[in-house]
Amino acid sequence: MKNEDNAMLLRHTPKEVKERKALTVNPAKTCQPIGAMYAALGIHRCLPHSHGSQGCYAYHRSALTRHFKEPVMAATSAFTEGASVFGGQANLLQAINNIFSVYEPEIIAVHTTCLSETIGDDIPQIIAKARDEGKIPPEHYVIHANTPSYVGSHVTGFANMVKGMVDYLAAKNGHRTNRINLIPGYVEPSDMEEIKRLAGELGVPTIMFPDTSNVLNGPQTGRFSMFPAGGTTVADLIAAGSSMGTVALGPLASGPAARALDTKCKVPCEILNLPIGLRATDEFIDTLRRIAGVTVPDSINIERGRLVDVITDMHQVFFHRKVALAGDPDQLISLTQFLVDLDMWPIHIVTGTPGKKFEAKIKEITKEVPHPVNVRAPGDLFLLHQWLKNEPVDLLMGNTYMKYIARDEDIPLIRFGFPIMDRVGHSYFPTVGYRGGLRLLEKILDALLDRQDRDAPEERFELVM
Amino acid sequence: MAKLAPEYLSESVLDIDAEAVKKELVSKYPTKVARKRAKQIVVNEVAPDLTVPEIQSNVRTVPGLMSQRGCTYAGCKGVVLGPTRDILNITHGPIGCGFYSWLTRRNQTRPKGPEDHNFMNYCFSTDMQDEQIIFGGEKKLRQAVQEAYDIFKPKAIGIFATCPVGLIGDDIHAVAREMKEKLGINVFGFSCEGYKGVSQSAGHHIANNGVFTHIVGLDDVVREGEFKINMLGEYNIGGDAFEIERLFEDCGITLISTFSGNSSYDNFANSHTADLNLIMCHRSINYVAEMMDKKFGIPWIKVNFIGAEASAKSLRKIAKYFENDKLTAKVEEVIAREMPAVEKVREEVRSRCQGKRAMLFVGGSRAHHYQELFREIGMEIIAAGYEFAHRDDYEGRQVLPGLKVDADSRNIEELHIEADPERFRPRLDAAGVARLQQEGITLSEYEGMMAEMKSGALVIDDICQFETEKLIEIYRPDIICAGIKEKYAVQKSGVPMKQLHSYDSGGPYAGFQGAVNFYREIDRMVNSKVWKYLKAPWQENPELAATYAWE
Repeated sequence: MKNEDNAMLLRHTPKEVKERKALTVNPAKTCQPIGAMYAALGIHRCLPHSHGSQGCYAYHRSALTRHFKEPVMAATSAFTEGASVFGGQANLLQAINNIFSVYEPEIIAVHTTCLSETIGDDIPQIIAKARDEGKIPPEHYVIHANTPSYVGSHVTGFANMVKGMVDYLAAKNGHRTNRINLIPGYVEPSDMEEIKRLAGELGVPTIMFPDTSNVLNGPQTGRFSMFPAGGTTVADLIAAGSSMGTVALGPLASGPAARALDTKCKVPCEILNLPIGLRATDEFIDTLRRIAGVTVPDSINIERGRLVDVITDMHQVFFHRKVALAGDPDQLISLTQFLVDLDMWPIHIVTGTPGKKFEAKIKEITKEVPHPVNVRAPGDLFLLHQWLKNEPVDLLMGNTYMKYIARDEDIPLIRFGFPIMDRVGHSYFPTVGYRGGLRLLEKILDALLDRQDRDAPEERFELVM
Repeated sequence: MAKLAPEYLSESVLDIDAEAVKKELVSKYPTKVARKRAKQIVVNEVAPDLTVPEIQSNVRTVPGLMSQRGCTYAGCKGVVLGPTRDILNITHGPIGCGFYSWLTRRNQTRPKGPEDHNFMNYCFSTDMQDEQIIFGGEKKLRQAVQEAYDIFKPKAIGIFATCPVGLIGDDIHAVAREMKEKLGINVFGFSCEGYKGVSQSAGHHIANNGVFTHIVGLDDVVREGEFKINMLGEYNIGGDAFEIERLFEDCGITLISTFSGNSSYDNFANSHTADLNLIMCHRSINYVAEMMDKKFGIPWIKVNFIGAEASAKSLRKIAKYFENDKLTAKVEEVIAREMPAVEKVREEVRSRCQGKRAMLFVGGSRAHHYQELFREIGMEIIAAGYEFAHRDDYEGRQVLPGLKVDADSRNIEELHIEADPERFRPRLDAAGVARLQQEGITLSEYEGMMAEMKSGALVIDDICQFETEKLIEIYRPDIICAGIKEKYAVQKSGVPMKQLHSYDSGGPYAGFQGAVNFYREIDRMVNSKVWKYLKAPWQENPELAATYAWE
């Protein structure tokens, strides 16, 4: 069924891989500020603010809006050439004044851009000046994170903004509460909801930050609210400094904030992989159980049992099927582990986010896969496409941009990661936890079995599969 | 522009005092901001001679107000150069800019065959790292151009500068010249750093300059065909250009190049052989038209293929220009063929949409053009405005001589064009110009949006989130047209929102079939059942029941 004669969407992608030193083609990442904007939307009554030219904020808001199909509220310093020469202080001061006057958030979370970073604007100094000049009302806050677009990726930006929440707000009040901080990682609002729910099932009191549930998957009520019901409150962000411990999910996205809490407020932390799939979720539940000293309730054992049950029931479909993956490091590490646990073969894996640890980690996870495994960080979708032209796979998992590869090569695609611009569901149905694992299994099974139904010759087309 | 038959004009008078609304819109702003915004919010007043009030536009965005605007890079790489399939566009900068402008505008393209180049589904970037910010990025850019050439063998490579490139002083034009020499293909750069100008508009101008300087006029071969035109300011969102191309073909009009929907490099190179330029989006492309007029003697006229009546009128304008009986007959034949289907749907949809109210805040021409379509189904425009337009787009080109050039506009190069010594060929003599004038066609003329809007309607330049919310609260319009960033905030208020930059989905909306599509789309949106279900039954009737109903 492969589209050999017809024109291809990615018609210029050759099979032969040539090393590239300077040209990125079809990136598997984007820049820091969008991650910072997303993280800041997880604070209740917070307006994220992009300190740069207005194109950055327009692009980030557009990309997040297409992914969530929800209002994405944020502001910009709107640099012109003058601000780029003389610095952006005047623009940021004016923005802070206008935002508090007109939109009345409780907190503004400023992130920088490649423009303001290259100029070298000193944000803490500008925030101090705004406070001195009375532009920040009492009991209101302005925090910031440096998010140069030319370092790391959107995941780095998310991590930096979450760390910024700790740096500016978390405070030790002298005695430890029995609460545990949960840092959910750069995941969907649905995932954040699910992580909270699991902790609730265990009976563990938590502070989760950031929390974009009910911000970026809010209900249609006929009334727009600039600041929806969701988000971690500033009070909780302050109180996070007095919690008994922190469980950070996803080393890259959540590690820096967890370590900062330890350094600043002496809140000890455990940094785990994102709870995607069976074993990563086991690790998450077991860690919470140990730290909080609780017993895992039957309700969670049942959820886990169902996931294992479907794996045993449908193992024949997963067994030795080859998969190509693209996405963000924290997600890919857990997902690769899950696929290996299903006896699938994830054989081509790229992330655009740089980091040598990633390649080593993936090699470690896939060492029992009896097939050569390609992994690259930073890699791009062009490279991934070339790899799978050389060694075809049965399934693709990645963001919406992968659909061009999927159509050209006639391989089923499961949309997973960011951005997903052509389907809904990701913001409502989690992929973390046991229930999330079940949803992933359902998607994998649907993709593989639909394909089998489509391609089966008439005599082998079967009712029962 | 098309004048509608009286039955399309709603009789209802705007029943809200627009001056009072204007006061309300700026009441919450700090004094200086209020003063500035007050000049950008105007209550329309069309004098008998069609003059309209002055509106401040193309001025700096107010920091913190949540404008709709994007940047110069978006206007240059995203809007104007984005839709051309066979130029390999490399974004020189950190990864974000290239990533966000990758396939997100829904420009469609139709390569001529499996061998034809099509790079539109690709994103090329130098993915600048901190090392290049510190030590310069020219070396990486040069290498990236080389790698792009080695792998893809394009006929042309465009280089687009992002914010940090201008700050660290990379000379992209020097790299372009050097690689052009080395590779033997056309390589050119655009200094479209995001901070230049005050909006996307600066990027359009930079793109116009670059395309005109580096591509237009490279191929003098005169192609076969009659009635040769270029279509300017049409970007083939959702297939609009395909519908317009269909009409041209059926009328026997030869399209040399579109700037830039469904276009190719070779079309641009050859475009100076056309005999007429048609402008759709005046804001984004008038520069190329003006320069082609000066250098090659090609006149331009404003057209509008959004709206069935407007499309018919535009085709007739072309026929009048060429003064050819065969063409005139063919145009009338096509209009007569297309209109019955349009009218059938229009009548049906109008029965459900008549009297409903719309607001349009979008672009540099769409807020004007789409008013046609709404009027055709009996809807009323109560407020409109552009995101990045200039005064001429609002008030008409007669204001141009009096426009002040501020510091932000001065930063954008104005090319000095002279008539080409060999290739300048005036397409019309003075008698021809006079004849057209007599037939109601003025060359190089655009009347702007406001003259076609009712007195008492609000005209708002560079609207922000706060003002949009206020307008919804006060007017409760039946539909709003804006961009993706505005969409869900509007819809969460219970008002449907049609995205008019990239349409989100659907199209084409140009031409006759496009008009049908748009009528149906608006009908679907304003009459959707879902708006009745925003409240649950127990929210509609919250009285407490003391007992179970069956007891």
